[in-house]
Amino acid sequence: MGMAAAAATESQQFHVLAVDDSLIDRKLIERLLRTSSYQVTTVDSGTKALEFLGLRENDDGTPNTPSISPNNHQEVEVNMVITDYCMPGMTGYDLLKKIKESSSLRNIPVVIMSSENVPSRISRCLEEGAEEFFLKPVRLSDLNRLKPHIMKRSKLKDQDQKQVIPEKIDTLLEVQKQHQPQEEAQPQVQPNLEQQQQQQSLQQNNNNNNNSSNKRKSMEQSLSPETTDRTRPRYSGIATVV
Amino acid sequence: MDKVRLQREAAFIRSSLLDQGYLDEQFIQLEELQDNDNPNFVEEVVTLFYTDSARLIYNIDQALLSNPTDFTKLDDYMHQFKGSCSSIGAKKVKNECNGFGEYCEAQNYDGCFRTFQQIKQEYINLKKKLETYFQPSYDHIYAYYLISPYDLMR
Repeated sequence: MGMAAAAATESQQFHVLAVDDSLIDRKLIERLLRTSSYQVTTVDSGTKALEFLGLRENDDGTPNTPSISPNNHQEVEVNMVITDYCMPGMTGYDLLKKIKESSSLRNIPVVIMSSENVPSRISRCLEEGAEEFFLKPVRLSDLNRLKPHIMKRSKLKDQDQKQVIPEKIDTLLEVQKQHQPQEEAQPQVQPNLEQQQQQQSLQQNNNNNNNSSNKRKSMEQSLSPETTDRTRPRYSGIATVV
Repeated sequence: MDKVRLQREAAFIRSSLLDQGYLDEQFIQLEELQDNDNPNFVEEVVTLFYTDSARLIYNIDQALLSNPTDFTKLDDYMHQFKGSCSSIGAKKVKNECNGFGEYCEAQNYDGCFRTFQQIKQEYINLKKKLETYFQPSYDHIYAYYLISPYDLMR
């Protein structure tokens, strides 16, 4: 179900490939993405995702930005991948790695979803290049966090690095890197994260400074009280938009 | 049939399911995804949950019958089941699953077995209540008020 992409009458429409082995979660993520006006294709495994992405061995080292110019190696253009972490066979992490290792696909933003809040898992995914990490069940408010990433990407077709986003946390990181690589002053990050490990990882990542900034932003967002505390007792008889 | 009366009953059932902790905020999130283009979205998801999770329930039952007990498999099935419960906002059923996970880790068969019977009970109980909510009828409502949370599975 949902294997064939919808007729692309609007070539500008953002196409998301959603990967999840759970039937319920596929239905949910599809609805969430459609509500957010994205074109959606769902598959039930990492293997099928790679097939859909048309992943082949590619000697071409030039990074492409699929959202701007169609990639010859893809059957259908995909602008973002959102995948479950825990899947039989190829995990979401494996899929992420494969995408980031592919010269034709590595610029496609990848979002990881998981039902478990495991800081080391989150770190690992962000370090591997995941754009965001969502805790399940995913909500509309989570998808709204993707919009800045999407806007940003479409502006940077010719650049290898992302622009520095004028947000407090990213500016903070830039300043930190220039002055004291060892210094950790992240007041916004939740204390339950292993900051040491994370800081070292960020420092070691020399290739893409802004990628680290984004990871950090994602990390911070993933660990904000709203997402770590999943009990959400705020229910009232009147339905409210979260 | 007094449609207004039935709708009011359905609304009452929904509120009490939320108040009493059978459902949580995720259920409300599902309702917010329902609109004129997808007018039956919540019912579709819930129906899908019950048909899909029936498979998992069966698998767990079978795994509990197998000798020796494969606790890894049990844990894996339960993880999937719990995820589905979470996705539809089935709070009470989901919470029962936590105990099962602990017994799996401790490789405590009796604990797993007993807990699973409770899980199935809550699962069926919720199903009946949700059926009443989605398809309110005088028969259903009558039956709803007669069923207590401690009623046995039928």
